[in-house]
Amino acid sequence: MARVSKLRTRKHTVVLNRSRGGDAGIAFFLIIMGAFMFLPMLYTIMQSLKPLDELWVFPPKFYVTSPTLKNFKDLFKLMNQNWVPFSRYLFNTILISVGGTFGNLFLSSMAAYVLSKIKFPGRDGLFQLIVLSLMFHQTVGAIANFIIMSKLHWVDTLWAIIIPAWGSTLGLYLMKQFMESSVSDAVLESARLDGASEIRTFWTIAMPMVKPAWLTLIVYSFKDLWNTGSTIYVYSEQLKTFSYAIGQILSGGIVRSGAGAASTVVMMIVPIAVFVISQSNIIETMASSGMKD
Amino acid sequence: MSAKTANNTQDVQVKKPVARKDMTKMQWTLKEMRRNWFAYIMLAPYYLIFLTFTIIPVVVSLVLSFTSFNMLEPPTFIFMQNYIRLFLDDDIFILACQNTLIFAAITGPVSYLLSFLVAWFINELSPKIRAVVTLIFYAPNIAGSVYMIWSVAFSSDSYGYVNGLLLYLDLIDTPIAFFQDADYVMPLCIVVALWTSLGTAFLSFIAGLQVVDRSLYEAAAVDGVKNRWQELWYVTLPYMKPQLMFGAILAITGSFGFGGIVDALAGNPSVDYCAWTITHHLNDYGGARYEIGYASAIATVLFIIMIGANAAVKKILSKVGQ
Repeated sequence: MARVSKLRTRKHTVVLNRSRGGDAGIAFFLIIMGAFMFLPMLYTIMQSLKPLDELWVFPPKFYVTSPTLKNFKDLFKLMNQNWVPFSRYLFNTILISVGGTFGNLFLSSMAAYVLSKIKFPGRDGLFQLIVLSLMFHQTVGAIANFIIMSKLHWVDTLWAIIIPAWGSTLGLYLMKQFMESSVSDAVLESARLDGASEIRTFWTIAMPMVKPAWLTLIVYSFKDLWNTGSTIYVYSEQLKTFSYAIGQILSGGIVRSGAGAASTVVMMIVPIAVFVISQSNIIETMASSGMKD
Repeated sequence: MSAKTANNTQDVQVKKPVARKDMTKMQWTLKEMRRNWFAYIMLAPYYLIFLTFTIIPVVVSLVLSFTSFNMLEPPTFIFMQNYIRLFLDDDIFILACQNTLIFAAITGPVSYLLSFLVAWFINELSPKIRAVVTLIFYAPNIAGSVYMIWSVAFSSDSYGYVNGLLLYLDLIDTPIAFFQDADYVMPLCIVVALWTSLGTAFLSFIAGLQVVDRSLYEAAAVDGVKNRWQELWYVTLPYMKPQLMFGAILAITGSFGFGGIVDALAGNPSVDYCAWTITHHLNDYGGARYEIGYASAIATVLFIIMIGANAAVKKILSKVGQ
């Protein structure tokens, strides 16, 4: 039953041994898993398009028969009933996402450049700290962080969310690994010989060469910040985020279940769209994400 | 041969600044630091923030875990008291440890394997199809609170999709309150967590598989590698070790930080503490009861568990391909 298949690449035609049974098994596995992943997403979209009488039908139906956008209209009506205007939540989320992402992009790529392209005492130790931070979850430091925030008088301000995001580590890690593998030392060296300062070499030579990495960093940072819900650092209603407001609508119970699904759809569209646009760049960045010991 | 070696050493000496004989290591380090002062300036803003909000909190937690502290009065040193109370006097903490370990022991390895298998299986598809499949598997991870849909599908009345279906098929008589029933909460939360768990590690594997040197497969085929599994074990996995390590770290971190999903689906606290985890216990004492010293001890235990898990996995991964 053995079948010979050819793996085509630009340089080689490699002969691989592939059994039909294996192919079938893999296809079966992918279809089952794909259904498990995809059906809940599809169900969310279906729910958001169902009119009221279809939401409360027995037995419940998966598909929508007469789709309507009424749930989305209801969603915006519900949001405007709140004493804090809906636009305020959205403004907070956008402020956090944009402010946090760009600060992170600038500081991380500068640090990544130094860690990957300049030799200086203490470099390995500083990078090991970054790797260490990937090994534990943020909740470990949450309590102590709260103390630090209150000493800085940042509790109940958006700074408490934006500034720590500038120092998030996954983006820096990916950026550093990518710079190491795709920015050639020779080019940097010749720039330095021409008298360019380090900051200029970083900004005009290294940065344009790592476009996939900064797109990846933007997507990651944006995705995290966009999904910021309620945190212990912020309690004023007018500083809460879009994600929090949507959570409130979702917890509103039966009457709002259509609007709830609509709100989930609104929430998920943005990060998914961002990912679709930048997918090939992210995968390119990930190629160098490996951790050598 | 000897001439070549000599040549090599010379090369190295030219390229790398090597400590000179006329100064001590300390002097040389200081000189190098002064020469690269700009590097430190460029690192400073990032590291100032990173250290303040990521590393220092861990150290502060460690210190506070030996104290009794309520944010109002200054902390008092009580040595191991918090830890003794934690392990000998706090049944709910032990329960939380059990739940956390069960959850992590299932979601960590399963999500890791799933990420790798799916990435490996789609590797030979055409790029366009691969991009679509990648999106399908990755979407639940980036789509924020979309996992709330599971509470709609599994809602406790007959209009929930699952209950409705079971009732319709006459498998049950009354709707099951899935997220209020201790028998169902943990398994369901694990399933939902797995559903959202194909994240960065998954993308890293996809990319890693793409860059494996194709000529290695050819060579392996000549050397007698017969099927895709042998190819995986002898060629692909050893080549991908760096990605495997990176993915493992993210899988471990993810598998310990799932409290949000439990809260959203089962409420806080979950019924009979059946899905109560170390994270919940930490937030309870730190955020609600202001027993900061005690909460810090919990945080420190969690930190040690995570670092320990990472060290163990690193050991296991070093055996890959041997």
